[in-house]
Amino acid sequence: MSTQDARERLELLQGTLDLLILRTLIFGQQHGQGIARAIQETSEEELLVEHGALYPALQRLEKRGWISAKWGVSSNNRKARFYSLTAAGRKQLVRETNKWKRLSGAIARILGAEGA
Amino acid sequence: MFGRKRKVGDFSSEIEAHIELETERLREQGLSEEEARASARRSFGNVLQAQERFYESGRWLWWEHFWQDLRYALRTLRKSPGFTVVTVLTIALGIGATTTIFSVVDATLLHPLPYAEPEQLVSVEDNLPGVGAQDVGMSQPEWQDLQRSGIFEYVSPTWFDENNLTGSSQPARVRILLVAPNYFALLEVKPQLGRAFNPEDQSPGLLEEVVISDGLWKRVFGRDPHILEKSVRLDTDLYRIVGVMPAGFDAPGRTAEERNIEVWAATSFYGTPLPDQPPRTWRFLPTAVARLKTGLSAGEAQSRVDALVASLQKEFPGDYPLQSAWSVRLVPLQERVVGNVRHSLLLLLGAVALVLLIGCVNVANLLLARASARGREMALRQALGAGRKRLIRQLLTESVFLSMLGGMAGLLVLLCAKQSLLRLLPEGFPRLTDISISWSVLLFALISSLVTGAIFGLAPALHAGRLDLTQALKEAARGATGSGEQARTRRMLVITEFALSVVLMIAAGLLLRSFWDLLNVRLGFNPQNVIAVRTRLPSPNFPKNDLYSNAAQETPFLREVLRRARTLPGVQEAAIGDTASIPLDQSLRELKVISEGQFFLTFEGRDIQEDQPAAVERSSVTPNYFHVLGIPLLRGRLFGESDDDKAPQVAVVNEAFARTYWANQDPLGRRFKRNRADSAWITIVGVIANARTESLSQADVPQVYLSLYQSASRRLAIFLRGHLDAAAIPERVREQLQAVDPTLPLSGAQTLDETVSASLAERRFSMEMVALFAVTALLLAGVGIYGVISYMVGERTHEIGIRMALGAESRSILRMVLRQGVGLALAGAVVGLIGALIVSNLMSGLLYGVRPTDPLTFAGVALLLIGVAMLASYMPARRAIRVDPMVALRHE
Repeated sequence: MSTQDARERLELLQGTLDLLILRTLIFGQQHGQGIARAIQETSEEELLVEHGALYPALQRLEKRGWISAKWGVSSNNRKARFYSLTAAGRKQLVRETNKWKRLSGAIARILGAEGA
Repeated sequence: MFGRKRKVGDFSSEIEAHIELETERLREQGLSEEEARASARRSFGNVLQAQERFYESGRWLWWEHFWQDLRYALRTLRKSPGFTVVTVLTIALGIGATTTIFSVVDATLLHPLPYAEPEQLVSVEDNLPGVGAQDVGMSQPEWQDLQRSGIFEYVSPTWFDENNLTGSSQPARVRILLVAPNYFALLEVKPQLGRAFNPEDQSPGLLEEVVISDGLWKRVFGRDPHILEKSVRLDTDLYRIVGVMPAGFDAPGRTAEERNIEVWAATSFYGTPLPDQPPRTWRFLPTAVARLKTGLSAGEAQSRVDALVASLQKEFPGDYPLQSAWSVRLVPLQERVVGNVRHSLLLLLGAVALVLLIGCVNVANLLLARASARGREMALRQALGAGRKRLIRQLLTESVFLSMLGGMAGLLVLLCAKQSLLRLLPEGFPRLTDISISWSVLLFALISSLVTGAIFGLAPALHAGRLDLTQALKEAARGATGSGEQARTRRMLVITEFALSVVLMIAAGLLLRSFWDLLNVRLGFNPQNVIAVRTRLPSPNFPKNDLYSNAAQETPFLREVLRRARTLPGVQEAAIGDTASIPLDQSLRELKVISEGQFFLTFEGRDIQEDQPAAVERSSVTPNYFHVLGIPLLRGRLFGESDDDKAPQVAVVNEAFARTYWANQDPLGRRFKRNRADSAWITIVGVIANARTESLSQADVPQVYLSLYQSASRRLAIFLRGHLDAAAIPERVREQLQAVDPTLPLSGAQTLDETVSASLAERRFSMEMVALFAVTALLLAGVGIYGVISYMVGERTHEIGIRMALGAESRSILRMVLRQGVGLALAGAVVGLIGALIVSNLMSGLLYGVRPTDPLTFAGVALLLIGVAMLASYMPARRAIRVDPMVALRHE
């Protein structure tokens, strides 16, 4: 039974990670390490992204056509694979953001009510 | 399914780049190189795992699993060689046989004819359905009408004939095709040497040039490179050789004779030796090929031809009486060439596919038994985390692998045995040389192997997928195998197998009975001890060269040949007739239709307009013919020596003719004549018994015999009866013939027994093949039921042991087991009989003498199958009653 729980958690995590990646890329193209750093820094280190989990997520998003990738050179002159948002990805971001806001709002209301 | 967009290496280098970037950042924050790297790796998590996750998401895994399964299949199959060999052989048999038949179907029915744009080629068929006459040929003006109609690129009549080639060492009979000068342009073929005819040539008479075949060039001229400077004498006329066709070029004809042309001569079918203005009613052009204008579909062309026919009927009402209902049909040329064999080929393909299916069912059964023996293994695999899909895949890989092995083995046998298999085909089979193991045949073998593997692998695989873990592990530990559901599937499979066998057996049985009936049909003539030796008198283009232009000139020759023939050793009786008088001769069927054969009659005192169909078979014979063939006279008299050109024309008719045209009247003394203005009245002097000389399957074809002394023919058959040396007699006849006229060739010789048997060749072929397949099917079904019953007995050993221990008699045990087997066979037979009813109705055209629902065949086959089922269940049943109760009980 424990495997099932793990899968549920994983799914939730995946969904959020996807959203965060898309959101990060709205500022322009970025490589994997940069995305991880950006999420960590923007969330003021609240969220710890497991870098290993990042790549399958990027893989998935690329396959769905929400982001595209090409090899380039980083600011400190290293070869890296750069990801950028596609038009479809932009739409998906808007959709997902709305969904997330409604969800978190709802959860916040419930939690807030309970807390009061 | 194959290939992935991103390579694994690309992904690894991305991860490396990530770690490098992270290390660098950490170093900038002041960590040491080593610390930075370690920290970067830590925060990345498990690199290997990330790679693995990437890997699994891709398609590499598919291949990986495939190889895994394949290797595993190889290992397990090697461990049970008996099972593997039986399976592979069954499949090899099925795929090999199916592919063999398919290669024939592919070459004859599926491959377009080897001419340019073959779909534009048609054959023109003139019919007079109003008088029951089919394919009656066209007249020269009609050909011109078609040519000018704008529907066709070219139209060329083709007139198959024999000719005497003289000038080389021995006068030879050659097959010649008289065509329009546009013939080769129409087919769009070019000679290998020289040129073809000028397609625009419209000059009268025959062109003085001929094109010869590669075969004739080789046989008669020894591949002479200066052949184009040579001339040949055909029927004493001189022709220049202007071209040699390439080897392998076959004319598009209906019979082997017609396809294997040796000389092509061209004419526009008017002017000496033909009339300057052939009349519209003279349908002397037997058939025509045509090429439709580019872009015109067959349907459009047909409707335009119909319109043309209607307007011609209006324009020439005298030539086209309404009640004859003249119509012109365009038939795809391919159909004309292979139309004769289409039916039997499709029958064979169906039969052989059934055998393959039965083979599949057998193998499925074997696999099922194996699968239940492997129940523990499957359960273990599932327990270790193999998914249901994964298990099904593994089993399917195994079965497809098996069937591929079988398919390859079958193909291998086919490749080795190709020559001897081809020899099984009846002589004169169309497009024999085109039959090859082509890519489409290989593709067929591949696909049928794949499908076969999927079919027989599916049942066991699905079962494995539905395995109940705990149950299976428990059962396997106990040693008992097979769930109730599996047993049900297995019984269903055997029932299917029996049903399929019943269908095949009934088809074979009906064909066999047809063939048997035909073999034993009362011929009405006696073919024994008769040899027909053929020759042909030349027919020069100019009458002054013609030594045999009429009966008066020919009769002395005929009498001299007969006199000499009677002196030959062993000859008791001799007669001469035209080739139409050779009973059941198939090889010259076309010739008969053209110049002898059908004959349109007008009866004295009757208006043809209101009469029944009056196209009858006709042949010309000398007085002794009926004696030699043993056809009895019923009324009146036979011909006499005095019935020659000076006497009034007489005819002998058969009973069918008398009954058709003079139903309750005496036909003797009645007169009829050919349906032509210049024909003389012919008086009926005798009626003979019906004989099946036209067709084995039809008893009462109306026939007219004329006196050869009055109605001469150039194509002759000399009939000799007696105790003859069949090998030597043709040579003796040749000597005698050439003593009378040294330019005459020997065109062929055959005993009448051979002719009768040759007329059955195609039937014999399909009957033998279907019978072969049916026996195979029966064997397979027998093995199938044996397997299932053995298995059931094995499963119930324990139960049987208890029964015996409790005092059950061995007879009752025997009965119990037999009942199971026969029950399965009965269920199969019932399903099969229904299927057979459908199939036998479809093949009613191939039957003779038996109805498609022949109760004897149906009952016989059902009984035979039940017998086989009893036999197959008897052996395991015997084993069952020999069970020692103690052993059986300890079996647990």
